[in-house]
Amino acid sequence: MTYLDCIRAALRSLRVNVLRSVLTALGIIIGVAAVIAMVAVGAGAESRVQGVIQSLGSNLLVVLPGSTTSGGVRQGSGSLPTLTESDAKAIGSDIPAVTLSAPTVRGTAQLIAGNLNWYTSVQGVTPAFLDVREWPVASGRVFTDNETRAAAKVVLLGKTVVANLFPGQDPVGQTIRIQRVPFEVIGVLDAKGQTPFGSDQDDTVMVPISTAKLRLLGGRKLSGDLVGNITVKAQSSELVSEAEQGIKALLRERHRLRDNQPDDFSIRNLSQMLEARAESTRVMTILLASVAGVSLIVGGIGIMNIMLVSVTERTREIGLRMAIGAESRDIMSQFVIEAVALSLIGGLIGIVLGIGASLAIAQLADWPMLIQPEAVLIAVGFAGAVGVFFGFYPARKAAQLDPIEALRYE
Amino acid sequence: MAAPIIEIAGLTRDYQVGAQTVHALADLTVSIERGEFVAVMGPSGSGKSTCMHLLGCLDTPTAGRYVFDGVDVSRMNRDELAHTRNRSIGFVFQAFNLLPRATALENVELPLMYGRTEPRERHAKAAAALAAVGLAERAHHQPAQLSGGQMQRVAIARALVNEPAMLLADEPTGALDSRTGVEIMALFQRLNEQGITVIVVTHDAEVARYAKRILRFRDGHLVADERVARPTRAIEVLAALDAARESAA
Repeated sequence: MTYLDCIRAALRSLRVNVLRSVLTALGIIIGVAAVIAMVAVGAGAESRVQGVIQSLGSNLLVVLPGSTTSGGVRQGSGSLPTLTESDAKAIGSDIPAVTLSAPTVRGTAQLIAGNLNWYTSVQGVTPAFLDVREWPVASGRVFTDNETRAAAKVVLLGKTVVANLFPGQDPVGQTIRIQRVPFEVIGVLDAKGQTPFGSDQDDTVMVPISTAKLRLLGGRKLSGDLVGNITVKAQSSELVSEAEQGIKALLRERHRLRDNQPDDFSIRNLSQMLEARAESTRVMTILLASVAGVSLIVGGIGIMNIMLVSVTERTREIGLRMAIGAESRDIMSQFVIEAVALSLIGGLIGIVLGIGASLAIAQLADWPMLIQPEAVLIAVGFAGAVGVFFGFYPARKAAQLDPIEALRYE
Repeated sequence: MAAPIIEIAGLTRDYQVGAQTVHALADLTVSIERGEFVAVMGPSGSGKSTCMHLLGCLDTPTAGRYVFDGVDVSRMNRDELAHTRNRSIGFVFQAFNLLPRATALENVELPLMYGRTEPRERHAKAAAALAAVGLAERAHHQPAQLSGGQMQRVAIARALVNEPAMLLADEPTGALDSRTGVEIMALFQRLNEQGITVIVVTHDAEVARYAKRILRFRDGHLVADERVARPTRAIEVLAALDAARESAA
């Protein structure tokens, strides 16, 4: 008997009892659909986290100044300005694992453009900061090193600020006043969206750090060389922790801290936090997919059960086939192929349902679903393997029947 | 003269039932020539079924020697026996044993599938075998759409399709009305005249009278081996039946 004959015979016998075949395949259908949908949920979650990491800038570290204590109350990080522009420069030049180091200062200010006003955060940055954050301008240009050095009155606006101060207009080239100081708008920042913690990253303006210190946010805390924090980009994700160690050692040395003194700064590793979150999502996905995989095994047991029934029902047919010359392996392959056909048909229906469910979840729950071709292949391959595995025992039972007994079977 | 198709010497088949040994067939020695038409007779429990299983290479003997078509089959394994059955023996059963969801043609093709014949050749041979039993126009009907006699003809076509050396029929008329039974026996006689060895296992003397030779079994022993001088001709019986029906009408 050729394989084509076997497949045709298998499909014929599955058609004899369509309802039974469908019910038997249901376990596989659900299993495959669930694996595909679960992996799509997980991949979607992962891509969302990856997107957030992208929006922060990859391989990012933020160095914050230490805390001060006033009257026994510790004031929180940033309350004691300890970081300087030369710290930032040293981090950029002395630590090989670091590619860019950008000092920033931060404050809030009242903005006025024409008859509109807006209260927002002002960041004093260097051009390097935009590279570290992977934050290009949507229109206009970034300030030059000269402008940075000269404390020029130029400003980059975030999208939210543009929407509030220049509704429906192109702000580039126009003038706004920040705390009554006129600034020329030289560019609009690309939209970044929300941080993972829910604040609007586009509700900000950026001016050169020198300008910010000299004209806007100056004062005792940020006098001289001091900066608010330093944003650092490591060379690669593997080198992030090496960079962290390097910065820690360098700053302790530069700040002349003795071994028994605590750090007067702290280092936050945002992308690592997010990576950890992505990792836990991944583990969750694997867990969910494994639970779905269990359904495939349960489905396989269902197939074995129905195949055993089928072998018993068709004992006389098996006897006849043996009498007219079927060898053991002919009977064997007939029933294995039948079981595999059952599980593969279930697998195919499962693919359709799984993809359908993924699309439905994406629509209804507004969740990015990424259907993974590998997951589809693995699920169906596994379904086929389940068919072979659970079809084997009933098939062997059929192949080992005694032809005389089988022919006589009532 | 050619070697006999069946040469049996001291063939014995015992069954273990609990602690007891049942001698289903004891020390059978017989030989059957090519082209014979043999009826194997006996009441149930006489050993005729065991004899048929052994002759049909469905079972192996406890002791003795069975040379079928020049080959000793008494020590063959399962798959060798299957191969022998496929090539050299055509089976006809009381209950027809057709696959219910397959067409007549597909049923007839089945032995060729197991014989690994090419599909094209398979269709041609199966169609020819169906034509030989007078069912060419029913090739694409399923068994449920056929009468009992037609089903048995399909089964006979299936038995013939591999051009076997021997036809082995187990109560072939048992599930048929008497006229259809005679028609089937007429078909066997015609095939026998074309040179095929036919062995019919039956408990029915009506059926046995069409054979040229009758082997009678009782309690596991061959008790009589009779040559029939003038076997009844089934065609003549049919003609007589038709004549009787016409005169009644």
